[in-house]
Amino acid sequence: MIRDITIGQYYPAHSPIHKMDARVKLLITFLYIITLFFVNTFTGYAFVTVCLAAVIRTSNVPLKFMLKGIKGIFIIILFTAFINVFMTKGENPLFQWGIFTVTLEGILLAIKMCIRLVLLIVGSSLLTLTTTPIQLTDGMEYLLRPFKKIGVPAHEIAMMMTIALRFIPTLLDETDKIMKAQQARGADFDTGNLIQRAKSLIPILVPLFISAFRRADELAMAMEARCYHGDENRTRMNVMVLKTSDYATVGLIVIYCAAIFVLRFAAAQFSFIW
Amino acid sequence: MSIKINHLTHIYNQDTIFEKKALDDVSLEIEKGAFVGLIGHTGSGKSTLIQHLNGTISPTMGEIILDGENIHKDKTKLKEVRQRIGLAFQYPEHQLFEMTVYKDVAFGPNNMKLSEEEVDKRVKEALQTVGLSEAVYEKSPFELSGGQKRRVAIAGVLAMNPEVLILDEPTAGLDPKGRDEILYAIKELHQKRGITVVLVSHSMEDVAKLADRLIVMHKGKVAMTGTPKEVFAHGEELEKMGLAIPQISYVLAQLRKKGYSLPDDIYTVEEAVKALYAFIKKEGEA
Repeated sequence: MIRDITIGQYYPAHSPIHKMDARVKLLITFLYIITLFFVNTFTGYAFVTVCLAAVIRTSNVPLKFMLKGIKGIFIIILFTAFINVFMTKGENPLFQWGIFTVTLEGILLAIKMCIRLVLLIVGSSLLTLTTTPIQLTDGMEYLLRPFKKIGVPAHEIAMMMTIALRFIPTLLDETDKIMKAQQARGADFDTGNLIQRAKSLIPILVPLFISAFRRADELAMAMEARCYHGDENRTRMNVMVLKTSDYATVGLIVIYCAAIFVLRFAAAQFSFIW
Repeated sequence: MSIKINHLTHIYNQDTIFEKKALDDVSLEIEKGAFVGLIGHTGSGKSTLIQHLNGTISPTMGEIILDGENIHKDKTKLKEVRQRIGLAFQYPEHQLFEMTVYKDVAFGPNNMKLSEEEVDKRVKEALQTVGLSEAVYEKSPFELSGGQKRRVAIAGVLAMNPEVLILDEPTAGLDPKGRDEILYAIKELHQKRGITVVLVSHSMEDVAKLADRLIVMHKGKVAMTGTPKEVFAHGEELEKMGLAIPQISYVLAQLRKKGYSLPDDIYTVEEAVKALYAFIKKEGEA
């Protein structure tokens, strides 16, 4: 039941995307998210979708697995569509219903917003699906290095992220176990009103917190016992090296960004909404 | 009351790359009043099997029959099934959460919506059975020793008056004293209250001493079943599965190798003492 949660899950497979340098992947995702907000035409979205589809295809991650992530935010997408349909003012009203006016612009905007959300989520989930948490934090630490000069504790942030990511599955497992154990004692989590349900969480949360603190304490002790003292003079086990393919990818993404801008300004030039 | 398992198969994460077959076509029967020892290497499917018995997980295929009825047929009755079949998970003390020992043990009976007097009676009975005195009733469960915590947790399951008690490695991580206390309490329960017990254990000594029937799991299947004597007679096969026979049996085997004529079907220390005593007495007479 609780195991079905796939946030930040890694999907082991062999693909060029999996082998790509984590730093490059992080930067690409970052650029992808920013440029997605420049897209404002259906032609633009079609272009992004085709590119993303090609990347997903190369990544060997089953589409079914990716779409599972969208299921969780379906409500948010629906809500966005709803707000956009009813709250957008425009010149082409289609019909009116009380204080709500549905316009052609509203419907088009709602569709675009939904496409943007789905592309955003699928695109960024591709990062965690194809990169192990360790690679991801390593990459993040590297990218944060320039900010060290202004006092950003890059290594500590990366270490905290590693630990947090490492403990997500452990704590999920633990929650599952505790739920089952309390169910064995007749606990009921699925029925009753809101207050009863909130109350029924206590038998799960108390043991969960106690175990989280115990684990944190044990981990801190184990790290100290192995003389961990942060970033100073620390060498890495996996040195990240950019390969030719990584440079090629950077080239591709530059072309991609250029295409997005061209599409955007072409649209402005000819002022078509499609 | 008997539990029957028919062709039970369980697959975790079905249809994903994380797919894992934990149980493969398991058929078993647990008779009323039996003391069953469930042994197997880590990952052999023991924990998955016992979680099916009280319906905390549902089978991928197959069924669990309790008194002639499939426990998943009527989902509203699952709560009743969980009351009749008490399951104490591994490290049950990690599930303690109340302010006092008394309140924690009362959690189960309170969930059954029993009257206050009945709850009180059951809590006191359960704590007594596991050998905890009234001095600890109002203590916080978190100030107790490891063995005491474990006993409070088991009392929490017992207070629901189950007909079957399933224990997943009740002695794991305990010191010898704590271990003996738990095992003694379980033995008492079985003998005095006639409760059916399923004991999952890694200790061959414990199951040899306590169980009257053993089930050996290997790679999700039932590899062997029978009395401890029958099962432990297949020492080599057990070793191939990453298991063993009780330590004392190895001692006697060594002695036999040295030429002492001792019986080869001894699996508990008590039996060994008797056999050795008889042997020495016989030698002395000769």
